[in-house]
Amino acid sequence: MDLLCHVRDFVLAAAEGAGEAAKHGEGAAREAALGVQAFKRVGYLWLIPFFPMVGAIVNAVVGARLQKRFGKSVVTNLAIGAMAAAFVTAAVAFVDLVGQPEHERLLVNHLWNMFTAGDVQANLTFALDPLSMMMVLIITFIGALIHVYSVGYMAEDPDTWRFFAYLNLFVFSMLLLVMGDNFVLMFFGWEGVGLCSYLLIGFWYKDIDKAKAAVKAFVTNRIGDFGFVLGLFLLFWALGGQWEKRSVIPPHESRWALADPAHLYEARAEAGTTYVADPTLSPQTPPATYAEVEKLATPEGWRPGASIATRDGGKVRVGPTLSFRELRDQIAVESTGVKNRLTGLTFFGMPLLALVGILLFVGATAKSAQIPLYVWLPDAMAGPTPVSALIHAATMVTAGVYMVARLNFLFALSTTAMTVIACTGAATALFAASIGFVQNDIKKVLAYSTVSQLGFMFIGVGVGAYWAGTYHLLTHAFFKACLFLGSGSVILGCHHEQDMRKMGGLKKYMPLTEKTYLYACIAISGFPLANGFFSKDEILWKAFDAGNNLADPALGKVIWLVGWVTALGTAFYMWRSYYLTFTGEYRGGHGAHESGDAHGHHGGLPHESPRSMTWVLAALAVGCFLTIFLGLWGPAGVEPVLERWLEPVLAPSHALVAARGAHEGPLAEWLLMAASVAVAFGGWAAARALYKDAKSTVPATLAAKYPRLHRWVLDKYYVDEAYRKTVLAAIWAGAKACDLFDRVVVDGAVNAAAAVGRFVCDVDGAIDKYLVDGAVNFVADGALGFGRALRRVQTGRLEHYLYAAVAGALAVVLLTFLVQ
Amino acid sequence: MSGLFDTQLLSVVVFVPAVFALLVLLFPKDEHGLIRVTSLVGMGVGLWVTGLLYARFDAHGPEFQQEVRVRWIDTLGASYHLGVDGLAVSLMLLTAVLGPLVVLASWDSVTHRTKEFHVALLVLQTAMLGALASMDLVLFYVFWEAMLVPMYLLIGVWGSEERQMAATKFFLYTLAGSLLMLVALLALYFIALPAPQRSFDYAAIYNSLLAATREVSLCQGRDPVGQCPGATPLALALLRYGPWMFAAFALAFAIKVPMFPLHTWLPDAHVQAPVAGSMILAGVMLKMGTFGFWRYAIPLFPVAARQLRPALAALAVTGIVYGAMMCLAQRDIKKLIAYSSVSHLGYCMLGMLALTTEGATGSAYQMLNHGVSTGALFLLFGMLYARRHTRLLSDYGGIAKVMPWFAALFLIITFSSIAVPGTNGFVGEFLVLLGTFKGTLPMVFGVLAASGVILGAAYMLWMVQRVFFGELTHRENLHLTDVTGRELATALPFVALVVVMGLSPQPFLERLAVSSEMFVARASFAQDSFHQSDEAVRMSVRPLPALPSPPLPAAPAPLPTADAMAPFKLGRPHPANLAVLPPERLLAAEPPPSRHGEEATP
Repeated sequence: MDLLCHVRDFVLAAAEGAGEAAKHGEGAAREAALGVQAFKRVGYLWLIPFFPMVGAIVNAVVGARLQKRFGKSVVTNLAIGAMAAAFVTAAVAFVDLVGQPEHERLLVNHLWNMFTAGDVQANLTFALDPLSMMMVLIITFIGALIHVYSVGYMAEDPDTWRFFAYLNLFVFSMLLLVMGDNFVLMFFGWEGVGLCSYLLIGFWYKDIDKAKAAVKAFVTNRIGDFGFVLGLFLLFWALGGQWEKRSVIPPHESRWALADPAHLYEARAEAGTTYVADPTLSPQTPPATYAEVEKLATPEGWRPGASIATRDGGKVRVGPTLSFRELRDQIAVESTGVKNRLTGLTFFGMPLLALVGILLFVGATAKSAQIPLYVWLPDAMAGPTPVSALIHAATMVTAGVYMVARLNFLFALSTTAMTVIACTGAATALFAASIGFVQNDIKKVLAYSTVSQLGFMFIGVGVGAYWAGTYHLLTHAFFKACLFLGSGSVILGCHHEQDMRKMGGLKKYMPLTEKTYLYACIAISGFPLANGFFSKDEILWKAFDAGNNLADPALGKVIWLVGWVTALGTAFYMWRSYYLTFTGEYRGGHGAHESGDAHGHHGGLPHESPRSMTWVLAALAVGCFLTIFLGLWGPAGVEPVLERWLEPVLAPSHALVAARGAHEGPLAEWLLMAASVAVAFGGWAAARALYKDAKSTVPATLAAKYPRLHRWVLDKYYVDEAYRKTVLAAIWAGAKACDLFDRVVVDGAVNAAAAVGRFVCDVDGAIDKYLVDGAVNFVADGALGFGRALRRVQTGRLEHYLYAAVAGALAVVLLTFLVQ
Repeated sequence: MSGLFDTQLLSVVVFVPAVFALLVLLFPKDEHGLIRVTSLVGMGVGLWVTGLLYARFDAHGPEFQQEVRVRWIDTLGASYHLGVDGLAVSLMLLTAVLGPLVVLASWDSVTHRTKEFHVALLVLQTAMLGALASMDLVLFYVFWEAMLVPMYLLIGVWGSEERQMAATKFFLYTLAGSLLMLVALLALYFIALPAPQRSFDYAAIYNSLLAATREVSLCQGRDPVGQCPGATPLALALLRYGPWMFAAFALAFAIKVPMFPLHTWLPDAHVQAPVAGSMILAGVMLKMGTFGFWRYAIPLFPVAARQLRPALAALAVTGIVYGAMMCLAQRDIKKLIAYSSVSHLGYCMLGMLALTTEGATGSAYQMLNHGVSTGALFLLFGMLYARRHTRLLSDYGGIAKVMPWFAALFLIITFSSIAVPGTNGFVGEFLVLLGTFKGTLPMVFGVLAASGVILGAAYMLWMVQRVFFGELTHRENLHLTDVTGRELATALPFVALVVVMGLSPQPFLERLAVSSEMFVARASFAQDSFHQSDEAVRMSVRPLPALPSPPLPAAPAPLPTADAMAPFKLGRPHPANLAVLPPERLLAAEPPPSRHGEEATP
């Protein structure tokens, strides 16, 4: 243990440059009021995402031709070169960042304004602080390794250029996600990685199931994005929408910012943007006055401990913002009053920050595959295995964890949101692990394991142990990438066979793959020989110690218990996969297609993968070991390297979280650690007894004894089916109903109106034809008929005329006689 | 020529297509190639001059720019008055961009009555540009109705099987709305200004209503059912007839948008229309509805608009969700795209009705986006239809295998349609939703509207999957050919617009900024929480040019109200009519132009 401490101290000293570790610690600097985040402007950060972007564009546009003309190596080298360049630039940035004073570790590279409308200002600005630096290093380093691995893995695919274009595009999006200094850029990356995930899951689009899995992944992620943007908009509104118009806050006398808008808050006093003091605030805590702000802002620049700093040339800008730094400053700098205001706000009876936190977390549940939106991730295994390693294990799915850690100052303000996150994480961890018990597809086991491990991360960030959650993100990136790529190697070696029941004994054929897989199993199952133990144990300890960070102090203990049981399960199913795959006898079809190509593919015995793949596995395994030292604890009062490294980012939430903790003693910590080690051994031993060399008949007996339970778990508790029968069915029914309504009622009304119009016209026409025209014709016909009748009279014969004349004369005479 | 470009640029922009239409008329009707090339050149020249107009539009300059004003019907108070604000100039650019692409898109598919087809296209182009550029209500109405006829012909002559039913439905439905608008327009003309000063000039009418609007708003704020004792006659008239006039305008524009439940003409028209008709219909014509709300219905009657705002916003949100649901139920691809238009236009309406700068800007941007992405969807589907002659989803499947480049193009446009960040669609939807949340509409509207984003992704990706992915299921599709050079040339501009407008929206948004702010200010004019003065929202436009000769018999003395009305120009009687006019009519004559400082910069 002593030796480890020494190593740890050495690493710490190397990272910090000077051995001032002892001076700091849980010192007063932290307790002091936080100032404005100071930063350094640099001009090169854009290069980091730029290289993969160029790689993606070139390969997408001319990749097909390049590949045809010069062979695949041009395409792959281009993509790998882009990754290497990005990694080198990131390393340069890392050196730059380390060179900064601890609390000024923020590099900002402002490029240009993307769009401005009203209060919305979205800048193309990249920022690197210790947290995003860590993410960028993971993404570029592991990303580069996986690019190298993919050369071997995708060697037989004709569309190599397309694959590498997508892969580079993904890295570009992921870098935007972590490097963006504002919500918009983060969302660009957030949806961008979802898009790349869609493209890569559906890479083999000729298989309709793969295409369907891609659509499922995208749409599920969209549901999460829906929550994410709602949370964002709610936050934006809370920071200065048209408050007085909502029912939330009655119009109040003290419209303080409006009264003094130009000076104090630089809020744009536009029509409609009025800041109303929260009536729930006691009158004794008014916001800082302009004079106070001025006093605190020292002209000589940022000074540790000062509440309001001026390195940026001025005051804290308060009001709606999309920038993380501005948001952090508003909330972290107490004298702005924003923190009090936000915590006091309610929205239809619910604390606003809790709502914002939960909605943002809904975004995370989709992206990071948590209950209830995890369903896409197992299906996403339809994509090529390097994709599963890079996107669906190491980077994209951790975006949610990153987001919560990035906004720690916001999430820490609401214990409700923290509780929801931690509980969801714990539930997901246990639930997914239980499914992993019985899966036979090696990638499915790893997929559920990923879901489960992400649950652990959320336990960490949920209970306020942001650094522990983030550390698990890092260790998981290494060991899970190693496991996935190992499984990829196995799948390739077994001629595209993914079913573990048809593997076995691969130790003999694939020695290097076996060794790395073994070490990664050690890491994930929590033996204190690899990185996984240290991160998982820290999370469990922090959960145990959560105290009042969660809604109920006892909840932390429950979550610890769930996590502990899950750790047992993790060890079991991972070792199960190891023993099923690598020990015993090979159960695959021996030379089923022996007559196949000389290459050895599609037939024959399993074979070890090319060196470009196995070396990547080895590198990741080494990474699993080396990253131990980032999280190794030291003597009391000295923090692990990574915790120390992340401290400036997590400072705004640190004191709050620490104050609410349960403060269990060191004895409890050691006992829990022992318990963690015990479950790792327990899981391993159980799996070894049941699955080593495929000798035990217990698993089959158990499955036969409880067929329904087995079936139920094997079919993932029928969650997909339940969703299909409820949510999807409801939407389909709604769509059909709308369609019917549209055709019958809406269009029916239009057509009815037209029909009525036509009927009226017909009636009108009839009237016209028979009545109006009829009258006219009647007159005409009458005249005609009369004329015709009269014509008879004119016979031209004299005697007729004479008769008529006589008759007329007679009539006259008669009439005269009668009248008289 | 350059002089013409400096003083009459807007007239040139509007009438260039018409001039080429005349040219095409002169050609013999068998010269198909010549006709096509000429109209392509015409549209190209139109695009060039419109681009010039767009470039010359100063984003930070006065609201209305590049004005052209010439005396026209003096006795009515109507003048030939063109001018553009940020929204109009942006939509004109969209129209002009679509022009050449529409001609290219129908290059092979229109083979009979080619001459008439292209004449109709060019005339339609002029009508649409004119409607956007008009600053005079008579002129606007003329262009507005002139749009109908060529479109009717496009659908009715060159459409598919049921074209005549669809064309008639389109024509009658739209005409019904237009006639209501005409009635309201005339009522406005008679109410807004007293007899001797009557004018059809938009700015004049708007400015004259300001004081009365404020009166009505204040009176209703005090006492919602009050009779407003002591109000001016104009205010009383506005109080009584304002809601009706707004309703008439709103109905005409709502049909054009189309808003739920007035949308059923759209699917029929789209399904039956030829590619060119669909592109123009989706690309520009629907925006005439939203533009009408933005320019006329809401600013002219802000009080009535605010009263009906929750109802209209509810319809907009219903349209978003309902349109998306309809898309899920469609089996006909063109119908699906048509219903997606209903959904997208709902966002435009909602953003506008949010009455926030963010929402309005997003709404305006969404109009442009929809023109690009839906126009492109119809274009691309037209290519497929030309090969396969079926619109049914079930007749496709797996065609990415035989048409990979086409699939790539379609996918990019799909991403734009479902508002993936990095494409143009995202910026518009993001701003609309954010503006809705920030504004005073009930938050549930924002939530429901945001749920449309999920459904949008679902129906579009589902369609893409059914058309492009999986195995080739139909033997007829085995030998489909990938995009040709001409088709690629038609589609690539759309892809470029999608990316450019998505990654660098600011140059476009910049030109919409003043327009959006003015729209919000006018729509919220005299609302109690807003404190703008009349001057802040008053429209200043170029005055009517003075008659060259003969000099007026009476010295032009301004009316007492002349100061308040200074920036606009009143109709002046023609000298021939002077003899029969009463003397007070002469008093209304315009003060010399030097008094109006707000002349547009050339």
